[in-house]
Amino acid sequence: MTILVIAEHDNKALAPATLNTVAAAAKIGGDVHVLVAGQGASAVAEAAAKIAGVTKVLSADNAAYAHQLPENVAPLVAELGKGYSHILAAATSNGKNILPRVAAALDVDQISEIISVESADTFKRPIYAGNAIATVQSTAAIKVITVRATGFDPVAAEGGSAAVEAVGAAHDAGISSFVNEELAKSDRPELTAAKIVVSGGRGMQNGDNFKHLYALADKLGAAVGASRAAVDAGFVPNDMQVGQTGKIVAPQLYIAVGISGAIQHLAGMKDSKVIVAINKDEEAPIFQVADYGLVADLFEAIPELEKLV
Amino acid sequence: MKVLVAVKRAIDPNVKVRVKADGSDVELNGVKMALNPFCEIAVEEAIRLKEKGLASEVVVVTVGSSAAQEQLRTALALGADRALLVETNALLEPLNVAKYLSKVIDQEQPQLILFGKQAIDQENNQVGQMVAQLIGSGQATYASAVNQVDGQWVVEREVDGGSQVVALAMPAVVTCDLRLNQPRYASLPNIMKAKKKSLEIIAADTLGASVKEHARLLSVIPPAVRKAGINVGSVAELVDKLKNVAGVI
Repeated sequence: MTILVIAEHDNKALAPATLNTVAAAAKIGGDVHVLVAGQGASAVAEAAAKIAGVTKVLSADNAAYAHQLPENVAPLVAELGKGYSHILAAATSNGKNILPRVAAALDVDQISEIISVESADTFKRPIYAGNAIATVQSTAAIKVITVRATGFDPVAAEGGSAAVEAVGAAHDAGISSFVNEELAKSDRPELTAAKIVVSGGRGMQNGDNFKHLYALADKLGAAVGASRAAVDAGFVPNDMQVGQTGKIVAPQLYIAVGISGAIQHLAGMKDSKVIVAINKDEEAPIFQVADYGLVADLFEAIPELEKLV
Repeated sequence: MKVLVAVKRAIDPNVKVRVKADGSDVELNGVKMALNPFCEIAVEEAIRLKEKGLASEVVVVTVGSSAAQEQLRTALALGADRALLVETNALLEPLNVAKYLSKVIDQEQPQLILFGKQAIDQENNQVGQMVAQLIGSGQATYASAVNQVDGQWVVEREVDGGSQVVALAMPAVVTCDLRLNQPRYASLPNIMKAKKKSLEIIAADTLGASVKEHARLLSVIPPAVRKAGINVGSVAELVDKLKNVAGVI
């Protein structure tokens, strides 16, 4: 068995989710190759070659792959993927965008967001907003899989010494083009990789009040997240949303502030090691999953917490 | 121009699901079903495109059992012009659904095919992308704004770090995210009118799609239950627990 892992990157740096995906590949067993499709991404390919357990890096460097447009990247992955037993990508917005197209091109289904590997063809994945865990056995000739990063501890980013091999003619389908992007700038750790996450909900009342959470987060070295209610109300941008439709996180510590704890929010954070809930409504469902609950006014509790940590 | 919206009958998002005692699946007998919330957003977007004069007809389609007519009627009551049910009682594996839908798209020739970004039951997030591949068109997943500029669909997408804008040749596939719009409610007169709109039933096996089994569901179990937590009386006590008991700060 040889497994192809699609690297997650921005042409400059390898995203940490790639390390979790390689970890899932290592659980399946066999040689692990990593594909870096991008433009001017040689630093990414070099970083991929150092990942522990990776035996080969395929570098497809072309303007057609600059923004990871699925119409162009999917045919490349499908063409290369024919020689592999498994094709894996992180369940990021990129991975989820590209891989179903690859699966359709190979005439197989995709197994979405696995959280564990039972054997080379059997995987566990959450369904119904994480309220049930399905075990599925793939009968497909090539298993096309997206990997939920929080289900797998990352492999070491250093220690490997794989060869980098240039591959592939450009696939430019010519039916889509990149116009522009606006990425939120943040000095805090990335939400999905942070060891501590502090999240605010509707109880924050407005965007300005998130400064209390930022102050606490900076003291803790934490990332800041939000519930859908806080995003919909315009308090913070949508890439901060934690939940079924936002990001899935599983940090060591998750502090939910002014968040009631709807099913859809819990789906994104209930695998956190320790959950703290700070809410003035003692009936809030968030207290049912919290390890430590504090019934208090967050505008008093958060500044006090910031002083004490 | 015609807009096709693919929808799914799924469990009502407010229902707390229960896993069957024999571990074969979740319990769906007697459970309230609804139009998948992301599909509602897709239907709403199609109707707004029609209201803006960018679409002439909105056709809504689903693949599923006879019971899914209920969700098609909901979409008709919201403003879709006609509905198609690709009827099958088989398990709805994403690629098979995508193959049926691509056959319908061949017949209907829409310039825009809208999907929800995922169904809240199986959470696959695959069918839109697969359809785009099968019909050879461009795709924009996780759409938060859809516009038409110079004969192309220009779509803003929600991506991990922020937002991205892509332009797609027609026809194109767009899958709708939460923030695309706020779906309307169906009024009683519109619900009555929807009963008279066309709902065509197509037997799935007449479409000539090459469907097959791709995976077997071996078991379904409830997620691990977190052990009960405690309430602390003060911020100082909370900090003490996090430092000295949990050891996480």
